[in-house]
Amino acid sequence: MTVVTEPGRPAPKRRGRYSRLSRGDKVVLTVMCGIPTLLLLALIWFPALSSVALSFTSWDGIGGIGTIKWVGLQNYHQIFTIYPPFWPALRHNVIWLAFFLFIPTLFGIFLAVLLDKEIRYTRVYQSVLYLPVMLSLVLVGFIAQLFYSQDQGFINELIGRQGQAPDLLGNPKLNLWAILIAASWRHVGYIMILYLAGLKSVDPSLRDAAKVDGASEWQTFRRVIFPVLKPINVVVLVVTVIESLRAFDIVYVINGGKNGLELLSVLVYDNIVGEASRIGYGSALGTILLVIALGFIITYLVQNFRSEQRT
Amino acid sequence: MTTVATPARVQAGQKAKRRARRSRAGLYIFLTTIAVVSLFPVVYAVYTSLRPYSDTAEHGYISIAHKLTFANYKTAWTNADLPHFYLNSLIITVPAILLTLLLASFVAFTVARFSWKFNLALLMLFTAGNLLPQQVIITPLYRLYLEIPLPSWMSDSDSLYDSYWGIILIHVAFQLGFSAFVLSNYMKTIPMELSEAAQVDGATVWRQYWQIVMPLCRPPLAALATLLFTWIYNDFFWAQVLMQTGDKRPITSALAGLQGQFFTDNNLIAAASLVTALPTLIVYFALQKQFIGGLTLGATKG
Repeated sequence: MTVVTEPGRPAPKRRGRYSRLSRGDKVVLTVMCGIPTLLLLALIWFPALSSVALSFTSWDGIGGIGTIKWVGLQNYHQIFTIYPPFWPALRHNVIWLAFFLFIPTLFGIFLAVLLDKEIRYTRVYQSVLYLPVMLSLVLVGFIAQLFYSQDQGFINELIGRQGQAPDLLGNPKLNLWAILIAASWRHVGYIMILYLAGLKSVDPSLRDAAKVDGASEWQTFRRVIFPVLKPINVVVLVVTVIESLRAFDIVYVINGGKNGLELLSVLVYDNIVGEASRIGYGSALGTILLVIALGFIITYLVQNFRSEQRT
Repeated sequence: MTTVATPARVQAGQKAKRRARRSRAGLYIFLTTIAVVSLFPVVYAVYTSLRPYSDTAEHGYISIAHKLTFANYKTAWTNADLPHFYLNSLIITVPAILLTLLLASFVAFTVARFSWKFNLALLMLFTAGNLLPQQVIITPLYRLYLEIPLPSWMSDSDSLYDSYWGIILIHVAFQLGFSAFVLSNYMKTIPMELSEAAQVDGATVWRQYWQIVMPLCRPPLAALATLLFTWIYNDFFWAQVLMQTGDKRPITSALAGLQGQFFTDNNLIAAASLVTALPTLIVYFALQKQFIGGLTLGATKG
């Protein structure tokens, strides 16, 4: 969900001076810029900051805003000490992130490198690998059930262990891995397309020069292409991290995110919509997600906008 | 200059060529295997969806079909009332795409064509908003939606919560960042001389936007429209939290609720999944160039 920027793109040309405009034009520009900004502030940034503020309070949401009570760090303290699903959820998120980074992301990059060579039917391969990206994670979850379900699933029928078939979605030791494989099916294609775009933007003379110097293919990639593609590498890293933190749909349709499939995102959801609406709790969990995400978001912003700052 | 080919050298050359050819063949075999594995789940879903439950119950799912019908599609279509949910998706997706593109082009235009102090900060604010995990903002957003009243002719829920307006607005706000970023990058490549000439001729800012810059932005707008379509159509989370009435939900999130109630066996689940995937698959096959172009826009037009 992000853009690939070419390294060293041309500096923006001189732009119109705001101060030279007529009054009417200034009003038009202010409105054009103001409406989207207000929408963004009201629906994204105000709730994001409120999440942080509410995380230090206790509120059941039934009474008005006046019934919000300041409780300091109590929510965090409780989450870390007596809220049973927190540590499993955090562990699952970390596993999810590590798995995504090392399996589908690396594999997607590997496929992009292969498809970047002069091979026939490269478009066909790309189309096929990209197809799963068109499916929502809800549908990936549904298709996963066709393979994993205990009595009607493809895998259990394939290994043919009637009566004692492993419950791939129900067994808390197995289900996270089963879901990770299904989600990876989609992630590989996403990373492949992003990285391929990056590879296409690399100056071919770099590769030729490396070849003349007698570098092997792996050396060329490792020492020449990969460093040049730093902006794309950052994009791929950030996309992978954010997707891992956002993961919700697929575990929710499998079993509501319980019994081995707890994730931080599910816990946030449970605390808003669940039987006991605990807004402080939900906000604290959201804030924890924000803290994890923020480092990566800042890295991305620095990478993307550094070139502009110089001009 | 010609080199004399000694037999030994010819042999060595042929060996290298043969090795190169063998590694090429290996590459094709590897890629084809991966492609087949990647395509298999979809093919299997199509195959399963076309088999009556009785057939799979008797012979198992891994077997040659004795009968292929569209009966599962018919059941899913009518029993679960899928056309109704398609319509809900349409009501949300189309306005959300148009509004996102319009507002994003507003921001992009002001940021890309005029220099003023907050340009960079503004663009960063939009981009960062797009990268937040939805769960970070959902708790206060949910309360906020409950508090904002809507007249009853706009929504029978009397608030932004559980209304199409609410879902459309959050999609727009959330997607603005990405679209504004792509469009502003593209608009920076449009020569400034065009606007300057227009300004000398007395064209207002609005005319510069609408009659000069926007018509030149058709390629990124088309690419963004296809991307936004799949992202908004495929959304599950916003509709799941901000829409209470099951009947009003778009198809992707409705599907989860219909499972178990209507889709009792894997054959039906497969059929319903494919029906749901159909619009995105059509977009994919018809507009693949725009779609991939959209994701990679920055790389070629940055």
